[in-house]
Amino acid sequence: MKIENVIAVKDLTKRFGAFTAVDHISFEVGKGEIFGFLGANGAGKTTAMKMLIGISKPTSGEATVAGFDVRKHTEEVKKSIGYMSQGFSLYNDLTIQDNITFFGGIYGLKKTAIQEKSKLLIQDLGLEKMANKLLGALPLGWKQKVAFSVALLHNPKIIFLDEPTGGVDPITRRQFWEMIYREAHKGITVFVTTHYMDEAEYCDRVSIMVEGKIAALDTPKNLKEHYQVDSMNQVFLKLARNIE
Amino acid sequence: MKRFIGFIKKEYYHIVRDKRTLFILFGMPIVQVMLFGFAITNEINKVEIAILDHSKDVTTIELSNKIASSKYFEIKEFVANEESIEAAFKKGRIKAVLIFEKDFSKKMMTEKKATVQVISDATDPNTANTISSYIGSILLLYQQEINKDVLISYQIVPTTRLVYNPELKSVFMFVPGVMTVILMLVSAMMTSISITREKELGTMEVLLVSPLKPFQVVLGKVVPYIFLSVINAVIIILLSIFVFKMPVQGSFFLLGIESILFIVNALSLGILISTISASQQTAMMLSLMGLMLPVILLSGFIFPLSSMPVILQLISNIIPAKWFIIIIKGIMLKGVGLGYIWKETLILVAMTLFFIVVSIKKYKIRLE
Repeated sequence: MKIENVIAVKDLTKRFGAFTAVDHISFEVGKGEIFGFLGANGAGKTTAMKMLIGISKPTSGEATVAGFDVRKHTEEVKKSIGYMSQGFSLYNDLTIQDNITFFGGIYGLKKTAIQEKSKLLIQDLGLEKMANKLLGALPLGWKQKVAFSVALLHNPKIIFLDEPTGGVDPITRRQFWEMIYREAHKGITVFVTTHYMDEAEYCDRVSIMVEGKIAALDTPKNLKEHYQVDSMNQVFLKLARNIE
Repeated sequence: MKRFIGFIKKEYYHIVRDKRTLFILFGMPIVQVMLFGFAITNEINKVEIAILDHSKDVTTIELSNKIASSKYFEIKEFVANEESIEAAFKKGRIKAVLIFEKDFSKKMMTEKKATVQVISDATDPNTANTISSYIGSILLLYQQEINKDVLISYQIVPTTRLVYNPELKSVFMFVPGVMTVILMLVSAMMTSISITREKELGTMEVLLVSPLKPFQVVLGKVVPYIFLSVINAVIIILLSIFVFKMPVQGSFFLLGIESILFIVNALSLGILISTISASQQTAMMLSLMGLMLPVILLSGFIFPLSSMPVILQLISNIIPAKWFIIIIKGIMLKGVGLGYIWKETLILVAMTLFFIVVSIKKYKIRLE
């Protein structure tokens, strides 16, 4: 199934003083894959992701994203990825249209391209009437959908989502995952962190981080078989307990 | 460049859509200039005084009239005896009491000498001082008037001329100070808050993941505030010229350039503050405590630096506002050119460069 690896990580490590946040992790992610990056709070998920998107320097180890070394070619990496940060990553005091124009602009899109794209985006989300309203007026789930679409404006090869559905209701979460599926289908690689275990079931493969290390990495199905349980939640609990 | 314009546009929306920020940006300067210009003044005006006249003769009545007719004093009451002086003070309205001794005119004629006692309320030492010296000069004038024909040997007559602010208007002293405080506040506090706000909201991270370089992000946040601060400076200067009749003796061009220099200095301080504070609140506290107080107290704005302890005088040297106040006072009141203020200008330039270098260093560390 794997054709090419768009993310390749080998022995990636990040230390903050004496504390090792990410401890020699290695994995690969193939094109078009939805890769779930799981772990309890403080397990090192966000730190690992920050190294991959080029805003945190690895202490040691190697990582290439979209074929570029995250240490040496940070700028190239940044151009090939989209990112949605934990919490919320757009401006509440700008209108939906302003947000799209702004982010399109900082990624260097041409004016006509921005116009075309934003029209499509707004249509897809069914937000025609809201386009010129302040984003702050939308419910959180909707904002997250807009943020996701905005992160895809510049046609990135990979999109990094850091807990995109935190605090969002189950129905909207479901819709959000449908959007993720659609994009993956188009060939975009999705790298998503979450601590909702039901969402882990939607991923092609998941890695579970415990205390800075990858404790397990496989398809949800294989993981459940291996640990002889019937939900990812139980897999997660078993792993966390084993370590303790 | 296109990306950059988009960035500035976005920043403009942030500012315009936030009514509170707008008010702080443009309401505060006007309110402050008006307050300092009209309300806060070192001059005395219509101070209420009382008179205890033990002689009630021609001279004392004439003197009382003289004092009452000056614009500085208003005679509120005539007290009957020493005991009621205390009561008059305690009521709080009266700031000074004049006591003419018994047989005032007679003593002047016979002994060539009569005494007036001035008692003033020193709960406010500055006012008390001013009152005594004003009354002193009124008495002196009267004395010169009656001695006109008499020739006194060996007289030293000081003729004083007050230059650059002959009417001793305190507003001339306050305008440069207020301008400094406002530019410092708007530039440093607003930028540090707006940068930390993005950090707090998490959008800073998104900007840093984008292909924009960190310095572009910072520059994009700062440029709109340069414009706003320049507008503010213009408003303050216009107000001081048209409302307070403050002269600008020197060149407007130089005044503009120096103001921009100071604005950039304050902005770089704001960036520095934002690199060391994680939240908007910390940034605000740092700007208020770390900048406002020194700017008001140690810049020579209100309290003269030359009468401060040596230690404070030394500390005042590291406060950019001190140098800027010297510069604008020089340009506006004395009409000096760059030849006289190049040293102060150079100090400001050096400070600005220092702040910028330090914040760039700090900024990089945060990204590691």
